[in-house]
Amino acid sequence: MSRSPRVAVLVFPGTWSDRDFAHVAGLVGWEVRLVWHADVDLGDADAVVLPGGFAHGDHLRTGAIARFSPVMPAVEAFAAAGGPVLGSCNGFQILTEAGILPGVLLRNDHLEFRCDWQPLRVEAATGPWLGELTTGETIRLPISHGEGRYYADAAVIDELESSGRVVLRYADEDGSVTPDANPNGSLNSIAGIVNERGNVLGLMPHPERAAEAEVGGTDGLRILRALDAWLVAQPAAAERRL
Amino acid sequence: MRWLAEVHVRLRSGLADPEGQTIAGGLRSLGFDVDDVRAGKLLRLAFEAADRAAAEAAVAQMCSRLLANPVMETADWELSADETATVAIHA
Repeated sequence: MSRSPRVAVLVFPGTWSDRDFAHVAGLVGWEVRLVWHADVDLGDADAVVLPGGFAHGDHLRTGAIARFSPVMPAVEAFAAAGGPVLGSCNGFQILTEAGILPGVLLRNDHLEFRCDWQPLRVEAATGPWLGELTTGETIRLPISHGEGRYYADAAVIDELESSGRVVLRYADEDGSVTPDANPNGSLNSIAGIVNERGNVLGLMPHPERAAEAEVGGTDGLRILRALDAWLVAQPAAAERRL
Repeated sequence: MRWLAEVHVRLRSGLADPEGQTIAGGLRSLGFDVDDVRAGKLLRLAFEAADRAAAEAAVAQMCSRLLANPVMETADWELSADETATVAIHA
């Protein structure tokens, strides 16, 4: 039997969701290692998580300072080698600043910080994180951000859409993608995208905050638990875990 | 020698600027007939460089590597020699 996935959860000064990921580790079957931003390697991690928060106070721009942290070259190399990476909220913002994912997250169009449960339509249930979901289904995850308005130029949006890399969209309870269901003004109601290879997911919602029924929902569990099966299906990753 | 640069970071034109729109609304409510407001950032840098060309190159690098994100922003700047270099800069 293979061991639990080892997941490096990055901690920047100002990160706040690292402990939430550590809290749900037992529920999702992970062995979580908190990795400080000043460390330069990820050890023997099977996956990397960039959690939410306000790294470096979000000064200048969200993620702008964090992307130059000593740990980031290792994250870039891990992502480039096909390793599974999840960036949630501020983690998504850091991934875009680092150029690991395209586009940028701008100030919400209404200028308010939005903290709420948000229905999402699953557009492509594939890869290490969304592989246990069903394409076309509606899930519910919390959002909690002031800068979540996804933007990229028209060429990038076309490329993302035509290659099926928009994987999550803000929707209403029935799964309809409407302007009213868009909580921040994101182009095309984009809530989550993946890189070209599909191993890196960036999303504004918080799967780690939807892992216990007591807090309102467990759809996040289905995302975090999917990692194990995906790793088992990867020959190289499976070999490392014997 | 010591140089001062005032860097203006601006949202690209065509990009919605809700902060600017909100400020414009505030001005209109005061009776000012304002068509448009765009919000940006002003960064004041003080640094050492051998000459103007080196100082220009340094600011350009700082802008492209960190101060502005080209996906959403542009940066321009005014550069001047700091004549008061012996005085503490953070007055």
